[in-house]
Amino acid sequence: MDKVLSVSGLKKYYEVKRSAFSYKKEIVRAVDGVDLSLERGQTLGIVGESGSGKSTLVRCIMLLEKPDVGDIVFSGVNFTKTNDNQLKRLRKDIQIIFQDPYSSLNPRLRIYDAIAEPVLFHNIAHDGDDARQRVTEILGSVGISEDFFQKYPHEMSGGQRQRVAIGRALATNPLLIVADEPVSSLDVSIQAQIINLFMDIKERTKISMLFISHDLNVVRFVSDEIMVMYKGRVVEQGKTDNIFYQPMHPYTQMLIDSIKGGFSSRAGDDNHAPTGCAYYPRCERRTSVCAEIAPELKDYDSGHMVACHAVHG
Amino acid sequence: MHRVKIIKEIFMDEHTITINNLCTSIDADIGIVKAVENVSFSIKKGEVFGLVGESGCGKTMTALSIMGLVPPPGRIVSGEIIFEGKDITRLNEKEMQDIRGNKIGMIFQEPMTALNPVLRIGEQIAETIKIHNNAGNMEIKDRVLRLLKQVGFDEPEKKFAQYPHQLSGGQRQRVLIAIAISCNPLLLIADEPTTALDIATESQILSLLNGLIVEYGMSMLFITHNLHIIRKLAQNIGIMYAGRLIEKNNVEDFFSEPLHPYSRGLVDSIVGLSGKEKRLKTIPGFVPRLSEMPEGCKFHPRCNKVMPQCMINEPPMFTIGNEKWIKCFLYQG
Repeated sequence: MDKVLSVSGLKKYYEVKRSAFSYKKEIVRAVDGVDLSLERGQTLGIVGESGSGKSTLVRCIMLLEKPDVGDIVFSGVNFTKTNDNQLKRLRKDIQIIFQDPYSSLNPRLRIYDAIAEPVLFHNIAHDGDDARQRVTEILGSVGISEDFFQKYPHEMSGGQRQRVAIGRALATNPLLIVADEPVSSLDVSIQAQIINLFMDIKERTKISMLFISHDLNVVRFVSDEIMVMYKGRVVEQGKTDNIFYQPMHPYTQMLIDSIKGGFSSRAGDDNHAPTGCAYYPRCERRTSVCAEIAPELKDYDSGHMVACHAVHG
Repeated sequence: MHRVKIIKEIFMDEHTITINNLCTSIDADIGIVKAVENVSFSIKKGEVFGLVGESGCGKTMTALSIMGLVPPPGRIVSGEIIFEGKDITRLNEKEMQDIRGNKIGMIFQEPMTALNPVLRIGEQIAETIKIHNNAGNMEIKDRVLRLLKQVGFDEPEKKFAQYPHQLSGGQRQRVLIAIAISCNPLLLIADEPTTALDIATESQILSLLNGLIVEYGMSMLFITHNLHIIRKLAQNIGIMYAGRLIEKNNVEDFFSEPLHPYSRGLVDSIVGLSGKEKRLKTIPGFVPRLSEMPEGCKFHPRCNKVMPQCMINEPPMFTIGNEKWIKCFLYQG
């Protein structure tokens, strides 16, 4: 199969000051050495709590943030070493859908124009008629009828706006769609409609997707593979069913337990030795090694990767 | 633990709060918007009642009505809220203040904005206790430290002196819980207390709330749009749609066999409850705006079992057995 995206050794650190007056700076390791690869038509779900680095990771992949270290190879081109012109062309092939459809659509653009803009900009349509046909086709495929073409975003509901945002991402025929929490701001009954729309897109096209969410149930539904992140590192990765029925990392196990109806009560102090495992303060299976050495992501069982000393023995 | 059990048995049949035909409207420019329409339910001692619905369905307005905090131009139009034998909708502001924060505690959705950024944590918890109790400073500090310990802080004294910005979202929510339970309320209202939090933190907060309910025999009104949480925490559930309470059921029966077509749709459309299928079942269309309500049953344009009478008349309450009822013509006669 074709490889669409491969990321290796990606790191992004931020310097922050504790307060406005302290001159000592602290380093926040937002993304700390992440590898991933994505094949054509495949969907990778990225799960993690806020602060786990999942959004920074995709912002780096989109080159909205410049990564400190690491390579991003997208359809054969190394993203980190391209010039602006090349990048502009590549942007057509990689599209993003944001969490909040209220703020990601231009409030002054009519729905028709919002979709026509990328189509015309990337020369996908050659003239007005061509563009009109393309826009009608795209909006039809995301369930927006022609009645809405001349409306503004504020005249639509959240679900409809998210449909438009998905339509805009599809408009340029991308190879990869990055969806950053695309359903978490929507109502339950609308969430299901949008998830189904993602499933339709998956079936109909060969578009690869990075699907980010903190809701494991949603991720499980749409993804072929799942990557669990904690504090900037990947703690577990594998086929969706493996992660769900055979979670190995204590953090993943806790997540799965909590959606299955258990209560977890272990609260942790998040200050820890920077050398050890980031999950050490909250872990139920920690040993003295965990405080000293950070575990590496290693193969546990044919492609099911885990980063935990307790698992690898 | 034994004492708690006995208390629970004695009071099990007593209702902490009973709401009868509550109507709350907002006098907006576009006309009168009926945010809460004819809502009735009651909560027993020690019971967790889950109020579920989508945004804009009137859940929060119901909670604010109970607290006497409906923001103007909104007001309670009719109905009664019976708490400790009194109709609290008729109390004046002074009398309401004695109840609010004292006998009814509330936890809000946004832990970031509900705390005062320039006051230390300890002072904010002490404030409520000071207002409602005649206690000396030392005694109050003692109680605050105990509360901090109770909501899961290992070093209460350190937290006492910190400011809200030094705490994480989950820790702030714990502080809010400490404030809400500081006067041992009979009823705790939790309005989406975990929506702004992570799964792991959510799980901790829920287990904390669950523990408090069992320990003190408090009643709780838990408002959420997340059915997974209700399933874990509540005994009874009420489903709201477009300002109406359309189904009241116990949690077990609700998840195995929801009665209202809307409830059925909700349960089916939730990922993880419906099993691993190719597609989720969905409810077509979207929630009507409060200003553009359809005639008859408010759900009929989206309902897959719609009948001619649904478009004309609003369904009354049909009771099923002792504790359940539903507003849907399917259950007529």
